Amino acid sequence: MKTDLLAQFNKAFESKARLSIMSVLMVNEFMSFNALKELLGLTDGNLATHLRSLEESGYIAAQKQFIGRKPNTTYSATQAGQQAFSDHLNALEAFIKNL
Amino acid sequence: MPESREHLQTLTEIRSLMERSSKFLSLSGLSGVSAGIIALCGAATVYMRVRTGLFTPVRDYRVDSYTDASHSSIEQFLVTVALVVLGLALLSGTYFTVRKARLQGQSVWNQSSKRLLWAMLVPLATGGVFCLALLQYNLIWLAFPVTLIFYGMALLNGSKYTLRDVESLAYCEIALGLVSLFWPGYNLLTWSIGFGVLHIVYGLAMYYKYERTPA
Repeated sequence: MKTDLLAQFNKAFESKARLSIMSVLMVNEFMSFNALKELLGLTDGNLATHLRSLEESGYIAAQKQFIGRKPNTTYSATQAGQQAFSDHLNALEAFIKNL
Repeated sequence: MPESREHLQTLTEIRSLMERSSKFLSLSGLSGVSAGIIALCGAATVYMRVRTGLFTPVRDYRVDSYTDASHSSIEQFLVTVALVVLGLALLSGTYFTVRKARLQGQSVWNQSSKRLLWAMLVPLATGGVFCLALLQYNLIWLAFPVTLIFYGMALLNGSKYTLRDVESLAYCEIALGLVSLFWPGYNLLTWSIGFGVLHIVYGLAMYYKYERTPA
């Protein structure tokens, strides 16, 4: 039973940083790179890696634009990402309840 | 077992992160208290100058009986006091909120505070312009309840982006403003209750609920 539930855990959300990024994007329509960085307390490189992997899974989308000459990238959760995140949370909940 | 504890902790952190990222939680109760005290001082100043009597109703005919000159000087006086009160209240409110954010180690100027500010600014600015129009048509007494009502609307709109408790304050302000509409003559009194007493009560309640560190 336990292994069954564990199998439903989404591998993409295994790291806490990625789970955090997703949870922030669930309640905020858009979030800029810098705002995410400040909120999560991650380094540039670390955050960028996690964002890229989430983007590759198709869970988040990046919008690149420029403010003056400075690049400003904002991120938002895709439909697939929202679905995957709530599935993951449900699995997590079931797992804890079954203990 | 340690694994489940880890998951539980992750869930708690996610919850706090969701709240922190979407709401501005650094609003200090002391901001409310200071704004309330300043508003009461303003109301007292107006009372001393105009002497309408806090409890004796002033009817329209009395306002009409003023000469044009004294009428416009009173109007000017009221607007000046209102602006000074607004400015001081904003300054002190910002000070306590910035202080609380610093204590919490959070930035003040972020996405959630901008959203909160914008949500409140639109109804407030609308109310401000509305009051200017009322003044232009010599409906000074109507401006008092209108400021209360629009302020309540601004709070109601802003409460989505900050502590939920602001919502109750908003309902009180709107209700008081509406009552005040049908109770002319007691405008200064209702205004003092709305901007003075309610702010102080709300501020103290918030301060004891969220900020007082258990000694």
